[in-house]
Amino acid sequence: MDILVVLLLVTGMVFFLGASVGIIRMPGFYCRLHPAGKLDTLGILSMVMGLALYNLHHFSLESLLLSIKMFLIVFFVFLASPTATHSIVDAGMRAGLRHWTQKKRKG
Amino acid sequence: MLFSLYRTVFGPTVLDRLIGVNAIGSKTVVLLLLIGFLYERIDMFVDIALAYAFLNFVAVLAASRYFHKRKGLYEESFMD
Repeated sequence: MDILVVLLLVTGMVFFLGASVGIIRMPGFYCRLHPAGKLDTLGILSMVMGLALYNLHHFSLESLLLSIKMFLIVFFVFLASPTATHSIVDAGMRAGLRHWTQKKRKG
Repeated sequence: MLFSLYRTVFGPTVLDRLIGVNAIGSKTVVLLLLIGFLYERIDMFVDIALAYAFLNFVAVLAASRYFHKRKGLYEESFMD
């Protein structure tokens, strides 16, 4: 149980770190949106799952309810975050933001 | 979190800042849960985290709708 919790938390941390580096380093606007979306769904999924499993350590009805609430957070984020990302993309497309291509002057 | 804050402060376009804000908000949800575990008041903090996730979603959605039709806000990379 403990090993699973640590594994999930470390996975979430790796996703958070990778997404942050991606948000900094990616060259174009739409490229930057890609790690941001990954961070929202996968990072939150693994970290909140790990915390919910950790919460089930002392098993009781109350902690079970709390874990169900955390799963509710995961469910909500899985609905909301792709919607927010798609909405940002839509705003960028309608405002006429050009996407990044290889042969622009800097890499 | 500091990396996303960098993108929020120095982002070349408005929507880049929006990406940074969204990333910070979704990290804050996890941070609130961790604070709840540290203070042993997880029953209260899980509600706060849920409300924060909802608020973050609504804020990003409203901001991106607001910037829908506004051309001329972006300094670089226009479509001709």
